[in-house]
Amino acid sequence: MNIKRFVSATIVMCSAMVCAQVSAKEEPIFSPTRVFVQQEGEHIYRALCQGCHMPNGEGAVGAGQYPALAKNPKLVTPHYAIFMVSKGQGGMPAFNQMLTDEQIAEVVNFVRASFGNNHTDKITAKDVAPFSN
Amino acid sequence: MTAHSINRRQLLSWIGKTAGVSAMYQAMSSLGFAAESQPMSHLNFSGAPKGASVLILGAGLAGMAAAYELSQAGYKVKILEYNGRAGGRCWTLRGGDTFTELGGEKQTCEFSDGNYINPGPWRIPHDHHHVMEYCNKFGVALEPFCQLNYNAYLHSTKAFDGKPQRYRHIQADYQGYISEMLGKVVKQGALDDELTLEDREKLFESLRSFAALDENGAYKKSSETSMRRGFAIAPPGGLGPSTQYSEPLDRTALLQSELWEHISKGQELHHMSTIFQPVGGMDSIAKAFAQRVGQFIEYNAKVTHIDQNDTGVSATYTVNGEEKVASADWCVCTIPLSILSQIPMKVGSAMQMAIRAVPYDASIKIGLEFKRRFWEQDDTIYGGLSYTDLPISQISYPSSNFGSKGPGVLLGAYTYGPNAYEFTSLPPAQRIKQAVKYGAQLHPQYTKEFANGISVGWHRVPWTLGCYGMWTEETRKAHYEDLCNIDGRIVLAGEHASYLPAWQEGALSSARDAIQRLHNKIVSIGA
Repeated sequence: MNIKRFVSATIVMCSAMVCAQVSAKEEPIFSPTRVFVQQEGEHIYRALCQGCHMPNGEGAVGAGQYPALAKNPKLVTPHYAIFMVSKGQGGMPAFNQMLTDEQIAEVVNFVRASFGNNHTDKITAKDVAPFSN
Repeated sequence: MTAHSINRRQLLSWIGKTAGVSAMYQAMSSLGFAAESQPMSHLNFSGAPKGASVLILGAGLAGMAAAYELSQAGYKVKILEYNGRAGGRCWTLRGGDTFTELGGEKQTCEFSDGNYINPGPWRIPHDHHHVMEYCNKFGVALEPFCQLNYNAYLHSTKAFDGKPQRYRHIQADYQGYISEMLGKVVKQGALDDELTLEDREKLFESLRSFAALDENGAYKKSSETSMRRGFAIAPPGGLGPSTQYSEPLDRTALLQSELWEHISKGQELHHMSTIFQPVGGMDSIAKAFAQRVGQFIEYNAKVTHIDQNDTGVSATYTVNGEEKVASADWCVCTIPLSILSQIPMKVGSAMQMAIRAVPYDASIKIGLEFKRRFWEQDDTIYGGLSYTDLPISQISYPSSNFGSKGPGVLLGAYTYGPNAYEFTSLPPAQRIKQAVKYGAQLHPQYTKEFANGISVGWHRVPWTLGCYGMWTEETRKAHYEDLCNIDGRIVLAGEHASYLPAWQEGALSSARDAIQRLHNKIVSIGA
């Protein structure tokens, strides 16, 4: 390996590390109103859902539990998730006043395609509307 | 929806079957639904059958109050408690305490001796008769909680160049300007049809008194207005610099700032002066109860099943992995609905549906310890609250140990809504970092003086899965009575079974109401 190639490889490595560090240190975003400001599915999940369902969708168990979203068979169709996010169930609050239909569609799409769920069919706000109103 | 072969009706029926309920009502948060507290009623436990037993689930204030009163009346009681301590949300964190949240993150509180935060309830309004009466009865020492502090800050990132304003400036100037304008309206004759001349004169006089207006009804820089909002240079003693009156804020800037929205907070029924806190931490109340009913509590007991038949009630539970069963004639269940909705329990569908109809709200509290009480030493703020439109929402200064030289603890964030979810979703260390970063916009001293912090995001609390039960008018209409009615041999109690959600008063008044009704039933059937 000549010096030039070594240097350029090092620069590539360093910039990759810098990127990783920057994303880990990314400042969290807080919503200025009663509606969540995050728009992308993953951002909504990181700001809202992971408070209970945890960063890897693994859920949690205490005196009661938060169900795992990872590899969850109820996510085969999107409707269960749309309903739960929109209207809530049991201890889970409804989010149809804090998320728009677009945001609900985004976060449902994210969860259905993440954490070992491999459902890549996408829904849109139109699919959410009948459940969220 | 053609891609997905399921319609709305099918889905609702599926969800109903899955969770054992029909569709649930939307529920938006609000502590604002809280009703006025009623005076503590006298309990009548005459005729309690000898040897009758009551199993109580949960050793929070509702469970312990039920145990205390029932045992006094001669009932045999036993309490099962999930935690290793009594009190539930009546809880205080001090130096050395640890808290492990769902997800496994363990925080150790590093506060100095004498400092604390109450992650749950922290205030006792004067009209919360049940809490007050139990405190007085048990000798729990109370001290004033400073809710309203005229020298604390009101802060908006969008007003006054982001510079925090003293409450007294906003309050006096807002009161001044609206009075001045109403005075003009009176003088211009706009109220001539509505008010008699005598009433118009009295109204004008009252506006002058209310807001320190001059004889012409103007709100302006003067000795009188400075006595409300404070002086630019306060009246000195001896040969100090001579007094200077202060200039009111610009009227448009004040109106546009929206900071006036905070003025009414200290006027709300449950925040009015006088309002109290237990000396040294809210858990003084829990400890006072535990002193009296602690012998009945089995700790670290996770209830997994609740059964009943014509002759009694039994609860299956695990302690350190070992399965056990507790039986009794009757049961008072105070387990939060967020948990109870996941525990199989033999009750009718009406109560089942009610249990599943109440979502639990998000909320976050963050306690921050600083090396010194700069808010007192530098900013002349002794207790009370500052409000901000930043994600931390408010800062509460300690209401005790004024003037002490050592480290002090602030409540550095107390938030509901999206910001509560966003804080809860962060790792604890990040929450603290953010609370310090935002708080520094009100108090630049934060950066230099910060020592340590601890946070409780209520959705991460393993034994409540949320802060409190959120009812709406619709869900109350549909389910509240079914939740409170006795089902066979089981009655529910807790803040969730009250019109005072999230308040300890709700828990205590609910417990007393539940056990009186239970006793009446026991006596009426002669069992």
